[in-house]
Amino acid sequence: MPAVSKGDGMRGLAVFISDIRNKSKEAEIKRINKELANIRSKFKGDKALDGYSKKKYVCKLLFIFLLGHDIDFGHMEAVNLLSSNKYTEKQIGYLFISVLVNSNSELIRLINNAIKNDLSSRNPTFMCLALHCIANVGSREMAEAFASEIPRILVADTMDSVKQSAALCLLRLYKTSPDLVLMGEWTSRVVHLLNDQHMFQGVVTAAISLITCLSQKNPDEFKTCVSLAVSRLSRIVSSASTDLQDYTYYFVPAPWLSCKLLRLLQCYPPPEDGAVKGRLVECLETILNKAQEPPKSKKVQHSNAKNAILFEAISLIIHYDEPNLLVRACNQLGQFLQHRETNLRYLALESMCTLASSEFSHEAVKTHIETVINALKTERDVSVRQRAADLLYAMCDRSNAKQIVAEMLSYLETADYSIREEMVLKVAILAEKYAVDYSWYVDTILNLIRIAGDYVSEEVWYRVIQIVINRDDVQGYAAKTVFEALQAPACHENMVKVGGYILGEFGNLIAGDPRSPLVQFNLLHSKFHLCSVPTRALLLSAYIKFINLFPETKVTIQEVLRCDSQIRNSDVELQQRAVEYLKLSSIASTDVLATVLEEMPPFPERESSILAKLKKKKGPGAVSVTELDDSKREGGELNGGGERAADTAAMAASNASTPSPSADLLGIRSSAPMGAAPAAAGSLLVDVFSEAGPAAPAAAVNNDGFLFVCKNNGVLFENQLLQIGIKSEYRQNLRMYLFYGNKTSVQFASFSTTVSCPGELTPQLNVQSKPVEPLVEGGAQIQQVLNIECLSDFSDAPLLNIKFYGGALQNLTLKLPVTINKFFQPTEMTSQDFFQRWKQLSLLGLGSALLDNVDPNPENYVCAGVIQTKGQQVGCLLRLEPNAQAQMYRLTLRCSKESVSKRLCELLSQQF
Amino acid sequence: MQFMLLFSRQGKLRLQKWYVPLSDKEKKKITRELVQTVLARKPKMCSFLEWRDLKIVYKRYASLYFCCAIEGQDNELITLEIIHRYVELLDKYFGSVCELDVIFNFEKAYFILDEFLLGGEAQETSKKNVLKAIEQADLLQESEDWGSLQSDEIL
Repeated sequence: MPAVSKGDGMRGLAVFISDIRNKSKEAEIKRINKELANIRSKFKGDKALDGYSKKKYVCKLLFIFLLGHDIDFGHMEAVNLLSSNKYTEKQIGYLFISVLVNSNSELIRLINNAIKNDLSSRNPTFMCLALHCIANVGSREMAEAFASEIPRILVADTMDSVKQSAALCLLRLYKTSPDLVLMGEWTSRVVHLLNDQHMFQGVVTAAISLITCLSQKNPDEFKTCVSLAVSRLSRIVSSASTDLQDYTYYFVPAPWLSCKLLRLLQCYPPPEDGAVKGRLVECLETILNKAQEPPKSKKVQHSNAKNAILFEAISLIIHYDEPNLLVRACNQLGQFLQHRETNLRYLALESMCTLASSEFSHEAVKTHIETVINALKTERDVSVRQRAADLLYAMCDRSNAKQIVAEMLSYLETADYSIREEMVLKVAILAEKYAVDYSWYVDTILNLIRIAGDYVSEEVWYRVIQIVINRDDVQGYAAKTVFEALQAPACHENMVKVGGYILGEFGNLIAGDPRSPLVQFNLLHSKFHLCSVPTRALLLSAYIKFINLFPETKVTIQEVLRCDSQIRNSDVELQQRAVEYLKLSSIASTDVLATVLEEMPPFPERESSILAKLKKKKGPGAVSVTELDDSKREGGELNGGGERAADTAAMAASNASTPSPSADLLGIRSSAPMGAAPAAAGSLLVDVFSEAGPAAPAAAVNNDGFLFVCKNNGVLFENQLLQIGIKSEYRQNLRMYLFYGNKTSVQFASFSTTVSCPGELTPQLNVQSKPVEPLVEGGAQIQQVLNIECLSDFSDAPLLNIKFYGGALQNLTLKLPVTINKFFQPTEMTSQDFFQRWKQLSLLGLGSALLDNVDPNPENYVCAGVIQTKGQQVGCLLRLEPNAQAQMYRLTLRCSKESVSKRLCELLSQQF
Repeated sequence: MQFMLLFSRQGKLRLQKWYVPLSDKEKKKITRELVQTVLARKPKMCSFLEWRDLKIVYKRYASLYFCCAIEGQDNELITLEIIHRYVELLDKYFGSVCELDVIFNFEKAYFILDEFLLGGEAQETSKKNVLKAIEQADLLQESEDWGSLQSDEIL
């Protein structure tokens, strides 16, 4: 390609650019202002500008904008260029619009008009320009204007380049406005793009990105793409490196397309069709085999392209969780762990992290522990070391916990500041999760504080105290260890906190010589003056506890409390503590003191909040759900007891929820007794996995729908990720509100719901729903309203299907509690009327009116109502005759339609 | 892919392409932060890094850094080769491309990128096809420019 158009395209522009280059910031601004003034006057001038000048000035404006200056004019001129029939003018106009979109609605109308003209011009170059512009801007307004037009272009008989642009343009619009892009009738023709034998690789490469994105949302509609993708992949994988001509990249056939195909397959479970599955497994094996072959080129591009496919194949293998392939993948990654390419080592460490969480490959990953520890110690790049630390965390289990924790601790001493906090959390979690003896746990955490005290967050030291308080077999050891740790001349403040708390509670357990009460007290007090206010407050509480534990320290401690620096401290919290503790110790009898200052009761069992913190820090997907489940199962062991107290207010909770230092660790002054704070306090501690949250109904939900026959509100479904609440009300139609609550701290993507009326139900019910937002933020709740019209009586329930991506693709189907009685309209009637109708009909409650003074027997209940369907009204009468002595009842229903009385009877009999 | 940035060793931004809607302020902040992070890295370090909840893939060619932000599930190595293919395209078009070519012909750099990547996805991976499209456009330009060259002014 000759450098034909370099520079000589627009000489004025080139001159301007070289003018600005290498100027000081000030000179640059001066020159730019001059230019802006000039352009402005040209645009405003009386002389009409020709297309070329307009193009040049618009291009200058664009350049100025890209340098980082603000541009507030020229949009109109750029829009004018769009309707030029000179290609280059049009092109510059589109480029300007793509970079500097303006929300001025008048302009948007003009832009959309120009695009519309170009799309219908049948000139492929113009069409591509217009499509590129839509894809670059991707605004909602553009989606509204073109979302229905583009699928037509995509499947029409046009040039490949137009098809390619159309596919990706549609993808961009789908990402911004999924509700506006409706594939419907086009679906099968779009999927078919994968199949077309004559179709060049280019079209497939573009179309497959669109199909992948659409499949994530509507897997069922696109599932025919699986077999097509497999056969396409198989053809590429088995082709010689020259077969695909220009789509072969450094001897690797179609690497981009291969990666995209493998990615698409990750949207689906393994193919059910044996032949397709077999062909796919063969492809995956071929890819793994090729990794062992000598390289066809020494160029890094060759190995990158080849390995890109390999890693994508491994992702698919992990997705399928297929034992043999997993182990092969693990071995391959093991080789990469020692590869000379840093990039490959990084990726191998990253990929192995996921392998470690599969039961089939966990053991295989563990065999590489020495290499990974070595990487943690010797890698020169911190991002690689970070991956190594992640992998050690992921491969940790009971068998290697001590080794891994020790290595991580020793690495912490020299670790980069950027990853220390995360490392601390990881060590704390592993130490707790895999602790067999508590002394090891206490040693580990105290080491953590010693080595990286600044990075030890509150959650970590709260947790060690919770555990020590709850385990009496470790209390003496803990007291002895903190006493020793406090001997160091320079101690981290977190150590003083833990030390103060533990000695205040359990100092008596180690109070023999040489750790006499006074020695303990003096040791703590020697740190006092170097500490911050909250720590001092904690120490004061420890002192008053000392007075109770060791009466002999009373005089010394009272003297400390009485001195001006305490009792007149300018900090109100410290002053108050000093005054109150002093008074308490002088007026209360030993009995009262012993009661008030009694040892802390065990903390209620709760989930570790450290995990939640790590998760929050690492962002979505960093801590897989399986890991969390795991800790849930094992977490209990260390905490002993296992009895889950009804009230949940751990010290950590009350402390974390109160920002002031008045959070009283010892609970002496809290308004409510420690153990009885409201459960809601627990939820303040970002601990999303705690079951102490305010709304935690029974996890097992009766999904037969019978639960909701006589109920209009409640929890329809709940698991670890999602809670679905429901509220329904009847006003001519049944209006049902569904509340989807994200229980995790991670965003749910591609959230979608569909309501279907299977089989017979289709002509009986008419369900309308508004689409929901595709993103549900962590902790957020979204609402969906269903409007349900009853066309004729029915007995089945409509199905609610929910799909979303939260760590992995989730797919749920639930029966909606829509029962015939929801369409009842209550009817008032007198006794006479009732029995008159009773005689006419052969049928309570649940929507019908409960009638008093109708039945001569006051024990009996009678109800009346009309079920409103579109086609007809079905009157229903009901009589319930309980026989308390015999513990039996008789229920009689009379309706104007037999099928209704039958269904109501079924529903009601489930209720009693 | 969420965005692609080209910047010089001195930290000057030479090309920016955003595939997600962001405000100008956010774009400037992201650019500043990333340029700083990437420039601070030593030559032999790995080409990938975690940044916010994205993965950054970057590579240096002479005085220019090419830097892409991809999402969690995206493939790092194939992104590295996307960068390389783009460099090849620029090189083939300009004939041993250098930073100056990208500065003086920034609009061309954008046009080539649009033919290759669209909406953050590879559109056409064949070098021949991409260059054919750009070549055609240039032919159009040449015939159009004939008349207007004379009237070009410095300002």
